[in-house]
Amino acid sequence: MNLLIEKLSRRFESEGGEAVNALCEISLEVMEGEFICILGPSGCGKTTLLRIIAGLEEPTQGRVKMNNEEVHGPNENLVMIFQDYSLFPWRNVTDNVEFGLEVRNIPPEKRRAKADEYIELVGLSSFRTNFPHELSGGMRQRVAVARALAVEPAVLLMDEPFGALDAQTRNLLQTEILEIWNKTKKTILFVTHSVDEALFLADRIIVLTARPGRIREIISVDLPRPRERTEPTFGALRKYVLSLIDQAKKD
Amino acid sequence: MGKSICCKKTLIRIILPLIIIITWEALAYLINNEFILPKIESILLVLLTPTADILGSGGLIGNAAISITRVLIGFLVAALVAIPLGIMMGRRETVHDFFDVTIQLIRPVPPLAWVPLSLAWFKIGITSMAFLIALGAFFPILLNTMDGVKGVKRTWIEAATNLGASEWHILKKVVLPGSAPTMWTGLRVGFGIAWMCVVAAEMLPGTNSGLGYLIMYAYNWGQVQVIIAGMVIIGLIGLIFDTFFKEVERRKFSWRELDR
Repeated sequence: MNLLIEKLSRRFESEGGEAVNALCEISLEVMEGEFICILGPSGCGKTTLLRIIAGLEEPTQGRVKMNNEEVHGPNENLVMIFQDYSLFPWRNVTDNVEFGLEVRNIPPEKRRAKADEYIELVGLSSFRTNFPHELSGGMRQRVAVARALAVEPAVLLMDEPFGALDAQTRNLLQTEILEIWNKTKKTILFVTHSVDEALFLADRIIVLTARPGRIREIISVDLPRPRERTEPTFGALRKYVLSLIDQAKKD
Repeated sequence: MGKSICCKKTLIRIILPLIIIITWEALAYLINNEFILPKIESILLVLLTPTADILGSGGLIGNAAISITRVLIGFLVAALVAIPLGIMMGRRETVHDFFDVTIQLIRPVPPLAWVPLSLAWFKIGITSMAFLIALGAFFPILLNTMDGVKGVKRTWIEAATNLGASEWHILKKVVLPGSAPTMWTGLRVGFGIAWMCVVAAEMLPGTNSGLGYLIMYAYNWGQVQVIIAGMVIIGLIGLIFDTFFKEVERRKFSWRELDR
């Protein structure tokens, strides 16, 4: 796995015809198996950055390289998990998880086995035949994670995946995603606006400035896992990152 | 508790039909003129012998079958044109803009206003009838299909693309199932209109079969009990088809309401 982001910029034309810089010269080398959080104030272009990496949008300048090949359009190694789950409401859990395998023309028995494996990994084995509307928000997001994992990408791109969940479910899913990360050895890029979430999860935190989004600072979080939010070292780091975000808003 | 509520509901629902039937029968005896208001038993007699020939124009069932066949042909033609067109118009802004003005202009013209033209073009027969029926069913199917396709969430399509789906997969596995509930509503409304159109079309001069023809023919012979029996059958068949559409909707497409 080799994911490289080189001097990436994105400009939008606003309705009045003036150009708005959403992202400015973002460069980043992602290590194999790393958990990276992209943190920044709202409107800093962090979602745009993730969408460009996922091949859902094109950059104005710069490039994304996956295993030394430029990314244009969907890439089998880069799979996105959206904030609003984006599950197909007419498919049950198993059929949702099988979707990516179905469009890759994997034979039915094989994709059923794969789907079962990942549904078990996210702890939803007893909900295989349930439909999304029968599941809670947290369970739906677990299905979305299983669906992404089923196509076995090298990198998971997660766009504020727990943003719509209540605090307890959110904390629970944070612990779960770390377990899944440990078991599957995936590389994860995780967009969030929660300092707490970033500190709990990440190996490295990429702090972006407000419009245009530039890299303000890259912070390595060396705290051992599982991290305790009440520890003084955690608190000190939180204070530091919050001050960075405050400055980032002013920049 | 639940049972008594259910019984009460049923009771409320049948009160009005009962009042109408009783009043009808009372009036029928009072007026005592079968040409104005036939007695319920004369109507029932026609309804209970649905295969018996009526004045040489065939039985109720035979004519109903002919009407249903005609409506199915017209409805099928409408669906075969409206669904693909609706999908394209819902998917592509340019296609929508290309057809929109024409469609908005033709849509308000009632199918019956097409009768002279359809007779001039296709003469009397199944073609002109199918044409009128198809016109009636076309627009609700088209517009609902278009709305359904437009209502397909962007994240569904993006998630599918991101998971490696081709354009064809997205159409087959996301756009079609995602818009199917709204499309089905269009088919249901379209069928209702098609059924009304067939009865109207069968009243055109030169027709010699179908429920619309039968009640018009009965009128010429002063057989009012046949007219009413025919109307009851027309209503019942419409109800049966609508119930079928509703039932499929409830079983297959309930996710639309439940998926916030």
